[in-house]
Amino acid sequence: MNAIEANNLCKSFGPVTAVDDVSIAIPEGGIFGFLGPNGAGKTTTIRMLTGVLIPDAGSAQILGTDVHKDPLTAKLKMGVIPESGTVYSDLTARQNILLTAKFYGMDRTSREERAGEILARLGLTERRNDLVRTFSKGMRQRISIACAIVHSPPVLILDEPTTGLDVYSRRLVIDTVRHMNREGSTILLTTHNIEEANALCSTISIINKGKIVATGSPEKLKKTFDTSRYVEVSFDKPVGHELFVVPGITRAEPWGDKWRVYTDDPDRAVKHLASVAERDQLTIVSIATSNPTLEEAFVQITGGD
Amino acid sequence: MDWRIFTRSIVVITEKNMRIYYFKGPVVVFGLLFPLIMFLTFFIGRNLDLVLFFPGFLGMMLFFTASSVGPLITPWEKREKTYERLVSLPVILESIIIGDLLAGAIFGVAITTIVFATSAVLLHLPLMNAGLLALSFVLGSITFAALGTLLASPATDNPSNIMMLSSLIRLPLVFVSGIFIPLSQLGGWEWFLTSLSPLTYLVDLFHASLNGDAVYPPWVDILVLMAVILVFIWCAKVIQKRNLVKGI
Repeated sequence: MNAIEANNLCKSFGPVTAVDDVSIAIPEGGIFGFLGPNGAGKTTTIRMLTGVLIPDAGSAQILGTDVHKDPLTAKLKMGVIPESGTVYSDLTARQNILLTAKFYGMDRTSREERAGEILARLGLTERRNDLVRTFSKGMRQRISIACAIVHSPPVLILDEPTTGLDVYSRRLVIDTVRHMNREGSTILLTTHNIEEANALCSTISIINKGKIVATGSPEKLKKTFDTSRYVEVSFDKPVGHELFVVPGITRAEPWGDKWRVYTDDPDRAVKHLASVAERDQLTIVSIATSNPTLEEAFVQITGGD
Repeated sequence: MDWRIFTRSIVVITEKNMRIYYFKGPVVVFGLLFPLIMFLTFFIGRNLDLVLFFPGFLGMMLFFTASSVGPLITPWEKREKTYERLVSLPVILESIIIGDLLAGAIFGVAITTIVFATSAVLLHLPLMNAGLLALSFVLGSITFAALGTLLASPATDNPSNIMMLSSLIRLPLVFVSGIFIPLSQLGGWEWFLTSLSPLTYLVDLFHASLNGDAVYPPWVDILVLMAVILVFIWCAKVIQKRNLVKGI
């Protein structure tokens, strides 16, 4: 059984199609990343998966329970951190966690124990009795995460969990996501941060203009877009574009004081650069090859939107 | 549907609302001061018959206390961005509507009971039927808390918009009810207008339970109020579901 499954989800707002026939199947145990530019449909998809938004068409299941036919049971199986969702600022950190735990039917002892444990993990024990309205954005987000994981959900859905956070809070959030995954939770997260997706996720789907345009492991996605491998070279004298017009080099562009030469065969490109340097009496100041990055793949897939 | 989870979600939402929105110093003080100010405005220096007009005064108290905070909860939570989190918890739309309604009703009953008990002692008010009075408190509070929940339903995250709408609807309901002029003295179109306000039926119930001077039989008042509750809840659900579809 898949932990999260969406079948042909569609959502339009007036004339704008936000999500167009999106299907995903996330097996239990992994960390799944949902990557896409602004307005691609990530948050709309997450809202439909979490029962916050009713889809125009399609269905969503959490561990086999339909989110829209049996929302109470489906929501019990997940913890959610909405994109803009925050916690009650007129309650203390501890009260927010305890209140959320009540929604999941946890008894008093479990609520208290779990709240203490999570507050310690998120570095908020000393501030547990302070009103959330006195907290920084990073601390609020940590409380938001505390509320989402209080019932140790088998499925954890996080919409942009690290956006706008300071380094310390971001690290705590990422550590907590990894910890929850080790404890058995399946994670679905959306992010703009390609580096973060690369480091955290076992599988990534890239969504653009409401459609999923690529799915795979970060390594597979990079290899799929292998033409983005490049060589960075700098010479002792200025050179022109014509130097790089040879078979095997797909394009070349100035990159600071260097040239970035895109190729599907870096070894051949290096040999070519060495021979033209000798021919034109140029000295190579620096040369380095680079493997494709997820960012390159992302830019190619989304067309740089 | 799992009724156990559903009931729990209603109880927790009610508790959340009571704690965050109702059990606040200013709200409670306002809830207690408002009746006092209204009483002074109505009765001081006017030689009104207390027994005749007190049911109207009590009805108005309950009307305003039960429907005052409820309209602000949903738009406030949308503005504070806590609404989306709430909807993603194990709740359904009906849990939110009934939880909001119950919080308003509990507040209405609590404040009105205090006002009535104080007034009964100080003004030596008659009491014909205590059971019917208690039922009136509960029924009236639920009716007007349901109105508050309905007023909270339009798609906005701006509480001041709802405040305006709330005044626009609640004040006419007071004016067309039988508070200011006894129903028995009305006729024709005035009677028709008065019968449009649910407050009329609550005040009539208060008349029946306090001084036995009601126009309608109590069962008519009770049935009308129950029907109004169902209509308000149904309308709130339709509007809020439409908001969920539209994503607002």
